[in-house]
Amino acid sequence: MGKRAAALVGYTEWAPQRKWDRPMFGMEACAALAAEALADAGIEKSEVDGLVIGGLQESPLFPSLALAEYLGIQSSFNEVVDIGGATSAGMIWRAAAAIEVGVANTVLVLVPSTPAPIEGGADSRKMVMPAYLMGDAWGSPQSQFDIPYGLVAATSSFAMVATRYMSQYGVRPETLAKIAVHERDNAQKNPKAVFRDKPITVEDVLRSPMVCDPIHLLEMVMPCFGGGAVVVTSAERAKKLRHRPVFVSGYGECVTHKTVTYMPDMTVTPAKASADRAFAMAGADRRRIDLASFYDCFTITVLLTIEDAGFAAKGQGGRFVEEHDLRFSGDWPLNTHGGQLGMGQGGSAGGLSHVLDALRQIQGRAGDVQLRKCDLAYVTGVGGLMAANVGLVLEGA
Amino acid sequence: MRVEQPYAENGRPIPRRIPLAAPFFDAAREGRLVLQRCPRDGFFFYPRSRCPVCLGDDWRWEAVSGRGTIYSYTVDRVGLDPAQQSQLPLVIAAVELEEGPRMTTRIVGCAPEAVSVGLPVEARFEDLGRETLIHFTPRPA
Repeated sequence: MGKRAAALVGYTEWAPQRKWDRPMFGMEACAALAAEALADAGIEKSEVDGLVIGGLQESPLFPSLALAEYLGIQSSFNEVVDIGGATSAGMIWRAAAAIEVGVANTVLVLVPSTPAPIEGGADSRKMVMPAYLMGDAWGSPQSQFDIPYGLVAATSSFAMVATRYMSQYGVRPETLAKIAVHERDNAQKNPKAVFRDKPITVEDVLRSPMVCDPIHLLEMVMPCFGGGAVVVTSAERAKKLRHRPVFVSGYGECVTHKTVTYMPDMTVTPAKASADRAFAMAGADRRRIDLASFYDCFTITVLLTIEDAGFAAKGQGGRFVEEHDLRFSGDWPLNTHGGQLGMGQGGSAGGLSHVLDALRQIQGRAGDVQLRKCDLAYVTGVGGLMAANVGLVLEGA
Repeated sequence: MRVEQPYAENGRPIPRRIPLAAPFFDAAREGRLVLQRCPRDGFFFYPRSRCPVCLGDDWRWEAVSGRGTIYSYTVDRVGLDPAQQSQLPLVIAAVELEEGPRMTTRIVGCAPEAVSVGLPVEARFEDLGRETLIHFTPRPA
């Protein structure tokens, strides 16, 4: 059932790193990612007729045009997606939709997140997070009404969501910590994870420094450089390729705000609207999923996604986490790659890591964390301050 | 290509007002809180060219009570904005005004441990030089 017109057929993923030794421009990274993903899929570049990107720092004006020229691709679908952390998941459904309506047949989804060289040779290898994330342009509401009050970053915003949730429904800090611990356990089997060889306990999480109440340091992702790419093609073309096609059988997207203060209800995320649409489109029963790969910038993000995407009733997410084993070996496997909490957040490609987690499981390429059966997965992306949500129902052919 | 905030003398970021929002900032200079009110949909915040419910442009500036309750909050203990280091621990909050809209603000005049969701608060104005910030402080219920 559902939309099975487009499939993910190949990918590449660069290990997230705090320090990136070989700075490269976005277009250079895109070219390398494209070559690797096409080789994995077994598709020639000449078949590519669509490009989906999230922008190019060295060519902010008309980035799709710059990239088509650089890669030597005549492209009939040129899309720039910018919905924060939900961008990668949003790129996947846009590529699938373009194939479904017939404007393209094979689309490259490219997510570079590498430091660019700096003119004059200055060192750009180390990650530096700008405090205001470009929200301080004159005329932006943030520069007038948020930044002066200290609300500048994701952590304080998600902390306000967690505070409100705890006040209204209550969840034990140990329960939120368990999410980070089980994801970290999964990361022990991922050779590309920054936190491989560094397992943690619930006590470690609760003893780690309080950054913004109630969020501890070990409940936050580690910002890294990285990169990833996926090849999306028609179901027809996918049949003749080497890997098991991963159908994009349902998808949904919802955006409600940007700054957390204006979130309609801080305990209800747009994950509900996107999941309802995605599962209805796929004609799939959410209780039948073999894998959940949920965007996990913070532990509270995962808890609210479990509820709003319909896996537990509102207020029962904590109990759900307590009752299930979220490890790859458990009864409700979550983020078997370790999530971004365990793997590191490779910039925008951090969101793509959830798509790739599902892709590998469905294609039977998940190595040490391979599930015995994985035919149906639900993947989410979260953008802005709990502001954008994308849900993808992915199904094996 | 990040544009730097113009800073107050103590290094903290101050609002960069736009022309449309002048009545809001001018009132704050005088210790008053004024918001736009749409004749159909009521008060809204932050200042916008049109009502975010109906997109009407027949709103008017009106004084509000300056009273509200804490919808949610956090205590920034590390200074996510390095410019706020001198202010730690920083209680950042979303306050719901009696008139309906929510504002991003700081809770001042009490220990972080005294702050809770639902706590009644009222506006306190802090002159930062070029502009005035609107903080909130606990009030008798």
